[in-house]
Amino acid sequence: MSATATVTGTTAPTRAVVPSEIRRTGYLLIGIAALAALLAVLVPSGDSRIRISTSADALQIPIFAVPGKVTAIVLTLVVVGLAAYGFRLTQRGTRVPVWVVATAGALAFVVLLLLLSAGKDQVVPITGLLAGTLLLGTPLVFGALSGVVCERVGIVNIAIEGQLLAGAFAAAVVASMAGNAYVGLIAAPVAGLAVGALLAFFSIRYQVNQIIVGVVLNVLVVGITSFLFSTVLSDNPNLNSRLGLPVLPIPLLSEIPVVGPVLFRQNLLVYLMFAIVIALQILIFRSRWGLRLRSVGEHPKAADTVGIDVNRTRWRNTLLGGAIAGLGGAFFTVASGLAFGKDMTAGNGFIALAAMILGRWSPKGAVVAALMFGLSKQLGQFIQQLQAPIPPQFLLMLPYVVTILAVAGFAGRVRAPAAEGVPYEK
Amino acid sequence: MSTPKEPLGPTPAQDPLEPVEPQSAADDEIGTTATGQPARTPGFGETYLREVLSSSWLLTLLAIVLAVLLGGVLIIATDPAVQEAAGYLFARPSSFFTAAWEAASQAYLALFQGAIYDSQAATFTRAIRPITETLTIATPLILAGLSVGLAFRAGLFNIGGQGQVILGAVLATWIGFGLDLPPVVHLVLALIGGAVGGAFWAAIAGVLKARTGAHEVIVTIMLNNVAAYLVLWVVTTQIFAGGTSGTSKPVGENARLPALLPEPFRLHLGFVLALVLAAVVWWLMERSTLGFKLRAVGSNARAARTAGISVGAMTVLAMAIAGGLAGLAGASQVLGTEGYLTASVAGTIGFDAITVALLGRSKPLGTVLAGLLFGALAAGGRLMQTRTGTPLDLVLVLQSFIVLFIAAPPLVRTIWRLPKPGARREKPSPTSTTPVTAGADA
Repeated sequence: MSATATVTGTTAPTRAVVPSEIRRTGYLLIGIAALAALLAVLVPSGDSRIRISTSADALQIPIFAVPGKVTAIVLTLVVVGLAAYGFRLTQRGTRVPVWVVATAGALAFVVLLLLLSAGKDQVVPITGLLAGTLLLGTPLVFGALSGVVCERVGIVNIAIEGQLLAGAFAAAVVASMAGNAYVGLIAAPVAGLAVGALLAFFSIRYQVNQIIVGVVLNVLVVGITSFLFSTVLSDNPNLNSRLGLPVLPIPLLSEIPVVGPVLFRQNLLVYLMFAIVIALQILIFRSRWGLRLRSVGEHPKAADTVGIDVNRTRWRNTLLGGAIAGLGGAFFTVASGLAFGKDMTAGNGFIALAAMILGRWSPKGAVVAALMFGLSKQLGQFIQQLQAPIPPQFLLMLPYVVTILAVAGFAGRVRAPAAEGVPYEK
Repeated sequence: MSTPKEPLGPTPAQDPLEPVEPQSAADDEIGTTATGQPARTPGFGETYLREVLSSSWLLTLLAIVLAVLLGGVLIIATDPAVQEAAGYLFARPSSFFTAAWEAASQAYLALFQGAIYDSQAATFTRAIRPITETLTIATPLILAGLSVGLAFRAGLFNIGGQGQVILGAVLATWIGFGLDLPPVVHLVLALIGGAVGGAFWAAIAGVLKARTGAHEVIVTIMLNNVAAYLVLWVVTTQIFAGGTSGTSKPVGENARLPALLPEPFRLHLGFVLALVLAAVVWWLMERSTLGFKLRAVGSNARAARTAGISVGAMTVLAMAIAGGLAGLAGASQVLGTEGYLTASVAGTIGFDAITVALLGRSKPLGTVLAGLLFGALAAGGRLMQTRTGTPLDLVLVLQSFIVLFIAAPPLVRTIWRLPKPGARREKPSPTSTTPVTAGADA
């Protein structure tokens, strides 16, 4: 592949196709660099006050200040350097490593933070922002993983939103009945699984268009949970009480500056998320189950020929996907210490869907994309507190605009499972 | 090979809204059903009965009945009086059933009264107000439903109705209060503005799909969110902000859609506009060359390309026309029903439109009827909530059940024990999606 790409002549047949995708990445990098430079120019003089430690840390690092303008210019130079490096790679027809784009993007974000915080009294709590990112990203990660499992087996799961909402509802109600938040973590996946079962029932058994089933199931879950919220739950408030999962700091690991509080001072749901991400990443690509899963999604006929029951495999994994998203729904209620509210997932399922596509149908990629959404959401909220000159609505739009650009930019490079959305009949 | 692979789902080989049927009996034309090569010539009565039993009209009706029954179960299960009666179910079963019947029938009666004719109302005006409310609420649903249906038939999933409604409403409002023009001109210009706003928003998704292969489902969902924040910002800007916070300046009198009935009624010319546009869409899709091209791309993009149709251009055009219709839905809200812009102008019109289009099988007449039904449910739901305390959310449940059942005709037939269409056939003919499977098999 790269051998043909390095040929400078026009004779290489793939030259017309491959570089166009790579070239887009090059333009993306230039765009990021230009954006960073523009932001850096706008950074006012004055210091940005940065806090790294949280109050619970054993080792306290005092708040320190960095000169905003200088730091921004230094970081912008790094971004420009990365962009130049990446752009040179694209000129040679080589793919740009993901870390180059990711680092450049992250640094551009930091420059934005400097722009907004320089010369202000407010402190930029780096650790707090990262922890918030993980928190806001949690339901997105679960949703995106659900999407990965379902779509890898050939079922389009638009019902992630509904599964999250059903999970949130079941977690709140069952946990309240039991008086124990952990019970909610058992009820949530069951509710998600039920929605997954409806998805499988209509799309496998009756071969209804899967996107339609997903859209309608979302409405159905909103309708049923809101109906029950207005009747049963409002009559019996004790069925919808605020229960929170306790934070379980992992000894030693949670004391590492920055990383510790972010990754290892979380509740059980977040640790479960880590476990599921790692397990899926390994199992989908390294196990017999994963091979079967992918073969059914890519080429069901071939899978059938070697004796895999296509529709049974699809059924099981759609249920599994539903359960994963349902578990993620517990985030909204028991993991956040909130009672259930009408339509409280507020479109997170759709963002999770986008994260899955940006993550190219792999658990690893889905997590990175979901956390990116979490980060931009967190920054949007933080910047609102800073009273920035930019209207907060535009910052809140950012993740969606980024998704559109990314989907358009990556579209040539990502490939959905071939048999996705196609019912299988012998 | 020049078109990139879509990231989500294959291009539907046929109208994606057409329910999968063992044979092509889903079409509205009664009569195609019986042409399933029967082994012997059946008598007229038998044929007719079979046609009626397998017609999509009957299936639609039965699907609605099923949804109403399931909704009734939900009402009964959550009703306090019924729960009380259930406590002594075995001692006095009759009181349980009476309570259950009371709960469900009262709720549905209120739903009907709120949707069609309120027999409990004090004055005649109030009694007939419900039906006019139904038509008022149905107006944007029909327009947005036509939008979704048109895109569906061109092979596109326009989930972005919400964003297009918002953009249409914003632009129509801006023209509505920003300009000072003579009566008819102002209204027409504001309506055009609404259509352009929606068309622009949808065309973004169309262009991205045509140029880069970005899937329109994802792009339109994202554009919905962008539009939601955009309108939140717009209503706070100097240009738009009106007296009360969160609302825009009122639309000028000349730009308002005139009311069809005197004062207490809200029904306005937008409803007539929706009906006219339904006819226009029918003509466009069924009788015009452009409609033929759009449908060709929708049913088989590869074949359409071979036939010399520019798939990319049709994609952009289909999205733009669909967006224009959705934009008009937004315009009809601000120029007709509301008179000003709020951040929640779109409500859930864009999402309801998907179910409307699905229920209407993406045909204009069906969409009008489905829009009226959903308008009736929404209008009736409000009275049901105030009169019997049954939450409005029941309407969402009814809507989604109806659409789920309509999308799966074999399920409805199984539940009602109806004969399969063409039951004498050995094996069901290929379903609508089989050509895609065949492609994957190759």
